[in-house]
Amino acid sequence: MTHVVVVGAGPAGLAAAAAAAEAGARVTLLDGAEHLGGQFWRHARADDDAPRAPRLQHAWSRYRALRDAVRRECEVVLGASVWAIDVSGERAVLHALVGEADGRAREPRSWRPDAVVLATGAHDRTLPFPGWDLPGVVTAGAAQAYAKAEGIALGRRVVVAGAGPFLLPAAVSAATAGSRVVGVYEANPLRTLASGWLPRAWRLAGAWRKGIEAAGYLADLARHRIPYRVGTAVVAAHGRERVEAVTIAALDATWRPVAGSERVVETDAVCVSHGFLPRLELPVAAGCALSAERFVVVDEDQRTSVPGFWAAGEITGIAGADAAIAEGRVAGASAAGAVPDPRALRMRARHGRFAERMHAAHGIRGGWTAWLTDETVVCRCEEVSYGRLVATLRHAPDAGLRSLKLATRAGLGICQARVCGRTVEELIVAERAPGDATSDARPLAIPVRLAELALGEDATPSQRKEHDV
Amino acid sequence: MASVIVVGAGIVGAAVARALAHEGHAVTVVERGASAGGTSASGEGNILVSDKALGPELDLALRSTELWRALEAELRAELPRDAPSIEFEPKGGVVVATTDDGARSLLAFAARQRTAGVVARELGPDEAHAAEPHLTDAVVAAVHYPGDAQVQPAIATEALLASARLAGARVLARAEVLAAAPGDGRIAGVVTSRGTLRADHVVVAAGPWSAAVAERLGSSLAVLPRRGVVLVTTRMPRTVRHKVYDADYVGAVESGAAGLQFSGVVESTASGTVLIGSSREQRGFDARLPTEVLRGLARRALALFPCLADAAVMRAYGGFRPYAPDHLPVIGEDARVPGLWFATGHEGAGIGLSLGPAELVADLLAGRPPSLDPAAFSPARAGLRTAERAA
Amino acid sequence: MSEREERVELTVDGETIAGRAGQSIAGVLLAAGRTHWRSTAAGGRPRGLFCGIGVCFDCIVTVNGVRDVRACQRRAHDGDVVLVQGPQDEGRAGEEP
Ligand SMILES: Cc1cc2nc3c(=O)[nH]c(=O)nc-3n(C[C@H](O)[C@H](O)[C@H](O)COP(=O)(O)OP(=O)(O)OC[C@H]3O[C@@H](n4cnc5c(N)ncnc54)[C@H](O)[C@@H]3O)c2cc1C
Ligand SMILES: Cc1cc2nc3c(=O)[nH]c(=O)nc-3n(C[C@H](O)[C@H](O)[C@H](O)COP(=O)(O)OP(=O)(O)OC[C@H]3O[C@@H](n4cnc5c(N)ncnc54)[C@H](O)[C@@H]3O)c2cc1C
Ligand code: FES
Repeated sequence: MTHVVVVGAGPAGLAAAAAAAEAGARVTLLDGAEHLGGQFWRHARADDDAPRAPRLQHAWSRYRALRDAVRRECEVVLGASVWAIDVSGERAVLHALVGEADGRAREPRSWRPDAVVLATGAHDRTLPFPGWDLPGVVTAGAAQAYAKAEGIALGRRVVVAGAGPFLLPAAVSAATAGSRVVGVYEANPLRTLASGWLPRAWRLAGAWRKGIEAAGYLADLARHRIPYRVGTAVVAAHGRERVEAVTIAALDATWRPVAGSERVVETDAVCVSHGFLPRLELPVAAGCALSAERFVVVDEDQRTSVPGFWAAGEITGIAGADAAIAEGRVAGASAAGAVPDPRALRMRARHGRFAERMHAAHGIRGGWTAWLTDETVVCRCEEVSYGRLVATLRHAPDAGLRSLKLATRAGLGICQARVCGRTVEELIVAERAPGDATSDARPLAIPVRLAELALGEDATPSQRKEHDV
Repeated sequence: MASVIVVGAGIVGAAVARALAHEGHAVTVVERGASAGGTSASGEGNILVSDKALGPELDLALRSTELWRALEAELRAELPRDAPSIEFEPKGGVVVATTDDGARSLLAFAARQRTAGVVARELGPDEAHAAEPHLTDAVVAAVHYPGDAQVQPAIATEALLASARLAGARVLARAEVLAAAPGDGRIAGVVTSRGTLRADHVVVAAGPWSAAVAERLGSSLAVLPRRGVVLVTTRMPRTVRHKVYDADYVGAVESGAAGLQFSGVVESTASGTVLIGSSREQRGFDARLPTEVLRGLARRALALFPCLADAAVMRAYGGFRPYAPDHLPVIGEDARVPGLWFATGHEGAGIGLSLGPAELVADLLAGRPPSLDPAAFSPARAGLRTAERAA
Repeated sequence: MSEREERVELTVDGETIAGRAGQSIAGVLLAAGRTHWRSTAAGGRPRGLFCGIGVCFDCIVTVNGVRDVRACQRRAHDGDVVLVQGPQDEGRAGEEP
């Protein structure tokens, strides 16, 4: 019997596990979190039957069906962080630590499955601006997650800003959790939004749920009296111990702030996201090819470039939960050796178009660096400023990413460049020719305690292919 | 004065470029990627005498260490005041033996080194704990080497290049050397992905890729990659004061065995992280990372510092040390292709050893009597030729 | 009583803070009105929740003697002893523990 391991129990991973089990495979579903459902159906473990914030959960019945299917048909291991994929031997080995997040002496578990489906999702990308490291400035995803799972409103007067359709549910969640949302500020002007969304709008009809969802959110915004402004951005946050106010400015089409348009707005919480980045640790460790936009490349059946590895959900492109489910169903069936359900293939095709549109409408434009000052922190962990990065580049006119990181420590801190990596790469490109390196390789997908590393099980040397010179 | 092309903008190429430019040669560094983007940005920055046995490599290490001490001040005088510091720190090393056998060979090794002028102080268990309070109780004997130091290799590479530029050198990045420029037996320059460059001499300092470059330039060279991996913890209160090695270090460096080996090296960095090195393994340019390697490194570090059990390892990185079959650097002109030079094969010591070879190349090119005997490093030496024939 | 209704008590730098079972440590801190806890190694800047999903490590705390625990990921348990991390814990100044 084929053994399929699915990493990630968000919409994509749940659907993949259910489809693989349905196709007759033995399935192990792993997630580092303590709940099933990933970011979309985020909730506290104790609230699995009735979510704490039901109004913020979408398609909860769908979740329940998938959850019940995987509980019935699969081995589900929660609190299982996969920290490494070892592909040096004949067969890939997945290594996980099972236990509390960042605990010590967690239980080591390893799997050598026939097939792996990677469905590790994405995280928010936030561009730096002066004051973005003040407490109270969070990603839109954080606000969403804390509203959904803990019923917590992060502030009384909340500003939501950045780019993308995801700002809408974040604002509605904040309002539902009890915050007054001062406004939603989308960086792209109406013209860019329209040119991304409107042409051949009929092709979007397939992604009807998205349309309805967006319309619903806009209605919610109106109901909560939340203004939605386009072509504007939070270009600075102010405060001492925490954020107290932000500067909002109009942007031109390249995201350069328009001089004289600035105004200061009082706030105690700012939710900012400029898009999503895929969580690529495991696919990169497995050797999966990435696209030019640095998502995992998959074929019709969601196969990656590495035999035995499939990928689904946001790591293959940002297209929302419905697309993630469709991709998961295709990946799970294919990984189990079955032919994917044609309905899942059709559903996936509809949502792929949505992803292209979203990028055209909400993608980051290069003029944003104009809102940086020399003092603006770019790397939060190592507290490296924009001025320091630029000065270091000027001293080393032929340096690339590696040299710059080692000279400034940008990206070498505990988050391992997950937050600043793309930004630092783009700053180098802005200064000189295209870069030659990325920050994507993180052989340890999460930090591991030294004693945990020392004690776990190995692939024995005899199982390793020798690559002698 | 001659025109010289240096292939490779790693630390060795940068050091050679600086030495030659300061003598007045017209130097162009040709690099296929970015500066300090290869091996020199993939390892640690130890400048060691402690691990070198008596012989030519120790002589080269002692000379290089002298040059590093002088370089810090020279660079400070030459470069702009706000240029990043190369972080040269003569923090010293402590080699630790935890078995009676290990202690005996360590102390004998140190005694031989002392005959060459190496400062190597024996420490009993109590003294070892005074020097390193968190060290394992299992320590039987230790040796303190005050001469061991470190630099930040990528910053040092950039600083050497900046100094070379000030002396007139040019750096051509994103230009890959593809072939020799057409000539009549003597080297006439190189064909790169960004055009053909002519020069009187070409110095290959392409690290573990030097064999491929030598072949493209009409010669051959027995330099191969030897994989090494290092672990990095998150920041933590300072627990390790010196560079601390387990005594097996000496064995692994000297050994030519192809299998996986470890030499435990633990140290705190200025930024608060702890570096744990390193493994050695011959697996070509295979960059896949077996978990077994990570586990071996972790075990070595815990054996030296049991108190690191809960330290969080956030990264593993590594690179390919360029090594020659007899584990000595290759420095000098290739008798088969006049004008073609090598400065490579420094294996796990290329940061520490980079300055000596640069001086040697400059001396030989100028026809001066060199400060070190070049015979042991010659591209024509027997140790290299036998291996080439076998290959 | 179901897990949803259970209360937990943590001590945070010696102060007792009550929360609900199932909440994360960051959730307990936020619900108690604390928006920041860590301070950074170099600048001593205040930090708290940022990404909320375990990616940014801004929220790390020491829990029951083990450092660098992401407060947004770790579920709060009754009796947890939480210490905030600051420059003194980061080894920058060359201080010994
Ligand atoms: C914070 C956040 C909140 C969001 N909220 C919404 C929302 O409310 N509405 C909406 O439409 N979209 C939301 N999104 C967008 C959302 O990502 C997608 O719509 C959808 O969740 C994608 O599904 P997925 O299965 O690809 O990934 P995810 O749902 O992100 O699931 C990935 C899962 O993989 C697990 N994982 C990752 N790495 C590992 C590892 N190494 N080991 C073990 N497990 C691992 C994660 O814990 C996670 O549960 C949110 C995104 C983020 C980042
Ligand atoms: C894990 C590890 C730990 C280490 N620790 C230490 C230590 O503590 N102390 C120490 O002294 N040494 C250490 N080393 C060894 C040291 O890093 C190397 O010996 C040294 O960096 C070699 O420098 P290099 O300039 O010869 O090579 P590199 O830095 O690799 O430079 C060679 C350059 O040549 C370029 N190149 C290659 N082919 C071409 C072409 N065809 N055209 C143009 N350019 C080309 C490459 O892009 C590269 O930039 C370690 C190595 C490793 C892997
Ligand atoms: S808030 Fe980002 S890791 Fe906890």
